[in-house]
Amino acid sequence: MLAYVIRRVFQSAIVLLIVGLVAFAMFRFVGDPVDNMLGQERTQADIERLRDRLGLDLPFPVQYWRFLQEAAQGNFGLSYRQGRPVSDILIERAPATLELAAVSGVLALFVGIGLGVFTAIRRRGTAANLIMTVSLIGVSLPTFLIGILLIYLFSVELGWLPSFGRGEVVDLGGWTTGFLTISGLKALILPSITLGLYQMTLIMRLVRTEMLEVLRQDYIRFARARGLRERSVNFRHALKNTLVPVITITGLQLGSIIAFAIITETVFQWPGVGLLFINAIQFVDIPVMAAYLMLISVMFVGINLIVDLLYFAIDPRLRVDRTGGGGK
Amino acid sequence: MTHGTATRTRTQRLRSIWHSDFVYSFRHAPVAVASATVVLLMVLAAVFAPLIAPFDPFNPATLNLMNGFTPPMEPNAFTGESFWLGTDDQGRDVFSTILYGMRISLFVGFSAVMLALVLGVVLGLLAGYLGGWTETIIMRVADVQLTFPAILVAMLIFGIAKGITPPEYRDQMAIWVLILAIGLSDWVQFARVVRGATLVEKNKEYVQAARLIGRAPLAIMLRHILPNVLNPVLVIATISLALAIIAEATLSFLGVGAPPTQPSLGTLIRIGQGFLFSGEWWILLFPAATLLTLALSVNLLGDWLRDALNPRLR
Repeated sequence: MLAYVIRRVFQSAIVLLIVGLVAFAMFRFVGDPVDNMLGQERTQADIERLRDRLGLDLPFPVQYWRFLQEAAQGNFGLSYRQGRPVSDILIERAPATLELAAVSGVLALFVGIGLGVFTAIRRRGTAANLIMTVSLIGVSLPTFLIGILLIYLFSVELGWLPSFGRGEVVDLGGWTTGFLTISGLKALILPSITLGLYQMTLIMRLVRTEMLEVLRQDYIRFARARGLRERSVNFRHALKNTLVPVITITGLQLGSIIAFAIITETVFQWPGVGLLFINAIQFVDIPVMAAYLMLISVMFVGINLIVDLLYFAIDPRLRVDRTGGGGK
Repeated sequence: MTHGTATRTRTQRLRSIWHSDFVYSFRHAPVAVASATVVLLMVLAAVFAPLIAPFDPFNPATLNLMNGFTPPMEPNAFTGESFWLGTDDQGRDVFSTILYGMRISLFVGFSAVMLALVLGVVLGLLAGYLGGWTETIIMRVADVQLTFPAILVAMLIFGIAKGITPPEYRDQMAIWVLILAIGLSDWVQFARVVRGATLVEKNKEYVQAARLIGRAPLAIMLRHILPNVLNPVLVIATISLALAIIAEATLSFLGVGAPPTQPSLGTLIRIGQGFLFSGEWWILLFPAATLLTLALSVNLLGDWLRDALNPRLR
């Protein structure tokens, strides 16, 4: 057990070091840092002084080490485009993305589990078949088209919901929230559906498959034979046993919700971290790109690690051969 | 006499192809036939776009701004000209821009998948056959990359490559950068499958025999193992094509892909989105519908191919 944990943590650390190397290489080799920092009127002496101050003449590993130290303290320098510290911009933008991701995640989880149970129990019903077909179309639609479709229906045609932005936000000591105003809540609806839809169909299909599997088991038949009510059999006995893989997958999907937020945020002009990243790519704002890369990899690697360890702790069956295999 | 034999063998050969399992299962899968027909028609339309398109949307000389915002199948209020699918804000015929856009979408999609395929197959073969450090390094890199969604990797590669190209070449190079970004974000699947299949094949007798008679490792990999691991590669390539087309559209839609001077379907949808509120629905709807039809048909074809070629992959 301990050996597995240590190896898993070690692997995660290696991944982060490699990502850090990529981020560092972006800083160092995509464009000349000196060029980016000095204006048009510069002397050779200015260049020398800056190179010296930035430590650009030091050996590569030393530079990398200094970069990691700075990055660990959250210092990614100034945005080329906005001229402000990248960390400030990220902190300012983070609440928008996190609120959107949280709402989509919760939506995907609850609606997904609900529909999954429904389609599993009424396997041959018309409604269940309809839901399955619609979900298939939902999976093949690209996220941005779903967003546009929702905007067209609910903003353009019906005029019920706003098509862009966060609405009015309340500032709670540095954390801006859209949960406390009506317009903020209304602005959340369309983006969170757009972002959560894919995960929702994924969870729904997973719950359905697992439920069908569990419902065939002997203990379910015995529970029925004992005369338990259908409701109790389905939810207390069957659903409970399907939840372990569902929670794992949901955990792993958290990372991709944050990543796919980039697309949703662009469609709805949602002022979050994803929109910041897209703008950074458009304007080749390297510090913002590198910082976003580091931030999201820490999140991904962290989530993967936690899910793996949790899975390992929850399901004793995995402990036997997982220690020898070293993952898939 | 000899001529007659030749024809007979040719017809026999055609007949045996017609009755082979593969073609038989194709003929008896209406969805596969339909989607293959759609894909084929779209590819032909894209290849022959300059011949089919009624207008050249990128030649300023043939454009008339007065034709802007003409609704589909209605004569323009000023010039009286009529367009099947209407025109966009600059008076470009939407049908023609879609044909040219599809050309770029398909070109980027195909090239990106080819890049991913070659890279993935070569690295997968090397990892599986050589083992040791080669394998560890290749598969570790694959694992790291697999931690992140492919679209994110593609965006990042696009951003870095854009940073490296000098500003005056950026628009010109955008298509190639896009191919590179999507191709590099997608090789892992190929490498993993090929490595797995190579591990199985390399212990079989024919490979041992080839090694015994002294064939070089490179020849064994390319001439003996490669042909036997190609089926799953073909399946992944088809499914990857659908994903690559959608990835390209997504990137272009986000403004980090094909430039407005060489619009792909994604760029057209991005342009069309701007007119959603003012009621010019056709500028958005037709490119979006084309993209969906294309992606869905390729996907369905891939699904069928997966079942037909290799039921184990299910």
